[in-house]
Amino acid sequence: MLKIETWKLAVVGILCALGFAFAAPNLLDSDTAAGLPDFLPKSQINLGLDLRGGSHLLLEVEVGVVVKERLESLVDSMRTELRKERIRYGGLGATASGVNVTIKDVAEAEKAYDIIRKLDTGYATELGDNGHITMNLTEQSLKERRVAAVEQSIEIVRRRVDPQGIKEPTITRQGDDRILLQVPGEDDPEQLKKLLGQTAKLTFHLLDEKGSLSDAMAGRVPPGSMLLPSVDEFGALGKPRMYLLKKRVAVSGDTLVSASLGFDQGNRPAVNFRLDGVGGKKFADITRQNLGKPFAIVLDGKVISAPTIQGIIPGGSGQITSGTFTTESAKELSLLLSAGALPAPLTVLEERSVGPGLGADSIAAGKTASVIGLVLVVIFMVIYYGRFGVFADVALLMNMVLIVALLSVFGATLTLPGIAGIVLTIGMAVDANVLIFERIREELTTGRGVMSAVDTGYKRAFGTIMDANITTLIAAALLFAFGSGPVQGFAVTLAFGIISSMFTAIWVTRIQVAMWLRRTRPATLKI
Amino acid sequence: MRIKLLPAHPKFGFVNNRMVFFVFSALLVAASVGLFLTKGLSYGIDFTGGIMIEVKTPQPNQIGDMRAKLGKLELGAIELQEFGAPDDILIRIPAQVGGEKANQAAVNAVKVALGDGIEYRRTELVGPKVSDELFWNGMYAVISAILAILVYIWFRFEWQFGLGAVVALSHDVITTIGVFSLIQHEFNLATVAAVLTIAGYSINDTVVVFDRVRENLRKYKTKPMDELLNQSANETLSRTVMTSLTTLLALVALYFLGGEIIRDFAFAMIWGVLIGTYSSVCLAVPLLLHMGVQRRTIEEEAAEQQP
Repeated sequence: MLKIETWKLAVVGILCALGFAFAAPNLLDSDTAAGLPDFLPKSQINLGLDLRGGSHLLLEVEVGVVVKERLESLVDSMRTELRKERIRYGGLGATASGVNVTIKDVAEAEKAYDIIRKLDTGYATELGDNGHITMNLTEQSLKERRVAAVEQSIEIVRRRVDPQGIKEPTITRQGDDRILLQVPGEDDPEQLKKLLGQTAKLTFHLLDEKGSLSDAMAGRVPPGSMLLPSVDEFGALGKPRMYLLKKRVAVSGDTLVSASLGFDQGNRPAVNFRLDGVGGKKFADITRQNLGKPFAIVLDGKVISAPTIQGIIPGGSGQITSGTFTTESAKELSLLLSAGALPAPLTVLEERSVGPGLGADSIAAGKTASVIGLVLVVIFMVIYYGRFGVFADVALLMNMVLIVALLSVFGATLTLPGIAGIVLTIGMAVDANVLIFERIREELTTGRGVMSAVDTGYKRAFGTIMDANITTLIAAALLFAFGSGPVQGFAVTLAFGIISSMFTAIWVTRIQVAMWLRRTRPATLKI
Repeated sequence: MRIKLLPAHPKFGFVNNRMVFFVFSALLVAASVGLFLTKGLSYGIDFTGGIMIEVKTPQPNQIGDMRAKLGKLELGAIELQEFGAPDDILIRIPAQVGGEKANQAAVNAVKVALGDGIEYRRTELVGPKVSDELFWNGMYAVISAILAILVYIWFRFEWQFGLGAVVALSHDVITTIGVFSLIQHEFNLATVAAVLTIAGYSINDTVVVFDRVRENLRKYKTKPMDELLNQSANETLSRTVMTSLTTLLALVALYFLGGEIIRDFAFAMIWGVLIGTYSSVCLAVPLLLHMGVQRRTIEEEAAEQQP
């Protein structure tokens, strides 16, 4: 017991020193810590949104919309192809996860099947009896679509929420089709939801001038055309004016490379945009071929405006004007357009926001509770165990330093329940020492000598300490696995606290006890 | 100024009086189940979905005024409650019919109705999809924690010990739920975290006593089982009490000083430490007597370990 190998002393010493070194940056304010030279540890504890204030949004990507769009585009291209080949068909339409069509002349079914199959390889295509052909999205491609839609959404969300890259939002994927967005410092989630509320899908369409608008309004929309409402033009009874457009996208907003606030000739706010090479060329072609015809600008299924093409627009630069633009809304739309369209709408499933005042109050209360809890336990241990209580208290304080160091090193997030975890650890950390000291007391009463009693006490208590702490670690692990945000923060501090308490309670006290025994060599021992 | 909490060699009759404890605990559990079935739990929005807004008003005691303003919105049973200070008010709004979008609209309506000059300290909105998942995740967590602990104890000891520990553990979990049903404090995610921690803490206590039982089974080969169990509980009693006391000291500090949000959590933990300590000593240990712990197996195991 008296002799502790030098290497063990060294390991304990080094670990404690590292603990102090990595905990130290938390004493500085964040700017000073960030300015430290690179060879020094400088990471600080990451405060959760509930402590620093901010917004937390759980969003769901409506992937069904993506699938539906893809099915509809397949229907369109099938129609075009079959017409081109002059194959007569019927019953063409999309189902939940596929497309059905029946070829009228069974003799042509084989040929049609060959054409259709090549349209999109993400489908399992089957040729049935009576010229019936079904195309169903394969599991694989359905999954790919979903993953791609979510990944793309994450990227777009990032660009919209943090265009300058200064807000440090955390954007992570959750499960299959969800996105967790956390923005520190933003305590007004309305602002965020406004940015994420629209997909901002921009397309340009020609008008269907052959079809009759009144027929279409009565429900007879010609195939290949669609009826869309205007954003800002209203007819009688306040109903929006309707436009009959060709379904085919003349130019897609995907090709947009930049958008910014501009002003039209009348000095009204507008959105200037520029398309890339491919889009620009298409734009030039369409304007050349359709001079004098109206050209509709469609955003999220609504017609912003349908100006007449006055001249050929080369170079892919253009301007979107609308009677209702304000400087604010034009600026917002240009931000959305340059960030890109969301592949599908987002739904807010869960929203939590904390103002800076509450966060600061929580930190203050947490600090007070921790310090008072610590002081109470420290005093109690000294009263109950005397000198050994002091040893345990030193270990307890070291344990606090180590928890802070571990949280800093691993970049773990400290939440309000996390602070509760630390306070709880203060109470439970001395448990290992209590176990050891009680065991030593017992061994002393059986008539063992001082050295032997202390030695046996440490040895026998060790197994019990392991068993007892592993069960608590199991609970912490499950909390982490099933919990969310703040609760996970609690699990992390609890786990760190238990692990470091095993080290400090056993080794930090042991060295102190050994040194004291060696110095005084007491004949009797009072614990 | 050294103090002694217990006599040097306590001889409490934990095992002899076990029927008293069993009946007492059975009544506690029955009462808890009864309360749960009749009064139910006051679930927080984590589990029911809905909206919770904490505001700070410029002047204290505005609660009546706010209630009048919000009552006109027809958002269902709105609850307002003072939260720690007279100028701090917690507003609870039930989940709105129409799902996510309707909830959003309700929050906006509240903000408009309350007007300017109010500090929004916290806004939480949980949609029906998420609240369902949070609820089930909480259930899975508690159940799997109990199973994992059962397996661990079984692995480290014998199945009889595992069973005893799990009975004590379930007792603690059920009565905690009973207490929350009785006082109708909010039962939310943090409470589930507290319940799980209680499970970990309670089992920690139990394991320490079981460890001693096992040691004594090896040491005293002829001592009657009831005496042996009682002795083990008494030998470890000072440790059990000490650890509970230090943990309680820290938790009491948290309860009074940790702020309003954490208070229910601290309360659950305080209850958990008390009931966990009781169940380890007064239930888990005496139960071993009825589980038929076999001395022979323990001896064989010991022989295997020390050839």
